Amino acid sequence: MTSPGEDETEPWPLWEVFVRANRGLSHVHVGSLHAPDPEMAVRNARDVYTRRKEGVSIWVVPAAAITTSDPDARDAFFESPAGKNYRHARYYTKAEGVKHL
Amino acid sequence: MTTATKTETAGPTPEQARFDELIASDSRIEPRDWMPEAYRKTLVRQISQHAHSEIIGMQPEANWITRAPSLKRKAILMAKVQDEAGHGLYLYSAAQTLGTSRDDMMDALIAGKARYSSIFNYPTPTWADMGAIGWLVDGAAICNQVPLCRASYGPYGRAMVRICKEESFHQRQGFEILLELMNGTDAQREMAQDAVNRWYWPSLMMFGPPDDESPNSAQSMAWNIKRFSNDELRLRFVGMLVPQAEVLGITLPDPDLRFDEKTGEFVIGEIDWTEFNEILAGNGPCNAQRIQQRRDAHEDGAWVRDAAAAYARKQSEKTAKAAA
Repeated sequence: MTSPGEDETEPWPLWEVFVRANRGLSHVHVGSLHAPDPEMAVRNARDVYTRRKEGVSIWVVPAAAITTSDPDARDAFFESPAGKNYRHARYYTKAEGVKHL
Repeated sequence: MTTATKTETAGPTPEQARFDELIASDSRIEPRDWMPEAYRKTLVRQISQHAHSEIIGMQPEANWITRAPSLKRKAILMAKVQDEAGHGLYLYSAAQTLGTSRDDMMDALIAGKARYSSIFNYPTPTWADMGAIGWLVDGAAICNQVPLCRASYGPYGRAMVRICKEESFHQRQGFEILLELMNGTDAQREMAQDAVNRWYWPSLMMFGPPDDESPNSAQSMAWNIKRFSNDELRLRFVGMLVPQAEVLGITLPDPDLRFDEKTGEFVIGEIDWTEFNEILAGNGPCNAQRIQQRRDAHEDGAWVRDAAAAYARKQSEKTAKAAA
């Protein structure tokens, strides 16, 4: 399954763009663009997404290389955490009032 | 066809029900979600028109890059025009997630079949027009676009967030150009007033026809694409302009403009929609020139696109050979 906007009617492949805002932070998805090759994609991403010092590092990933979960199977696929709120700290209430817990 | 019959007899389909539920809870629709065809069509029309406006909107200001009064102003103007190109790209990308291709949109634009904001069919004869465009045209655009950040279609809203962040500099730099002119000589003050006289009404028309003549508005509001009506946004904009005009010492060219103490809102004079409709029909002062310039730029740039594609092909062939 391809990314929305990625299909054979587009002359150039679609690239998803990730930018690291600063050292110590992860690369975050900021948008996408079309470019003929990876170098052009990185250069265009710099011009489009980092004109105001938004980043110190850029990743471009061919959208066609991304595998996604099936949106139609959303409910079944993400069912597992339902009813398992013991995975959250706030499930444990008996320690209320006890410090540093 | 079977779906339509089913809808009539057995209520909404599960997909439609899921869509309605997302809209009712003010959640967002994402590209892979099922959506009514009319919703998709409305979005493609609105987002592509918006993208075209950004791209055509580069022209009235590009007209002054070579003649900007200082190196600083030239650099600012170039940054602004570059921003418009970026905004066009964000919006084309959002429209592409709805299944329409970039080439189709571009072809429709240069064939003169696509609409863009009528405001860009006015000429920019003086430097003060750069000020008036920033203050009034970008100001009106921001007023329109801020609520669009919450549009129900995810990619559109996200594009608008980026655009609004960048637009605020556009309006401020325009205001500053006018302020500097208003602090200058009599001739400069006259030039600033003249530009505002020409751009004020067209900027109010950017909000679209009056509510009772805007057939698509109700549906767009029901779908949470639009959050406020055309007239609401128009009056909100005028309310922001009045005190700003006072700071500038500029007169807004509407003798009937007044504040209504009872309603707490401004009352504006009658808008001459015949002019707006003429321009929409393609008879504005610059319609033909704007499209011609876009077409020329597209055709003159064909060799760059071809060269980039040829280079990419060669590189990938080389990599394939080295791997073999």
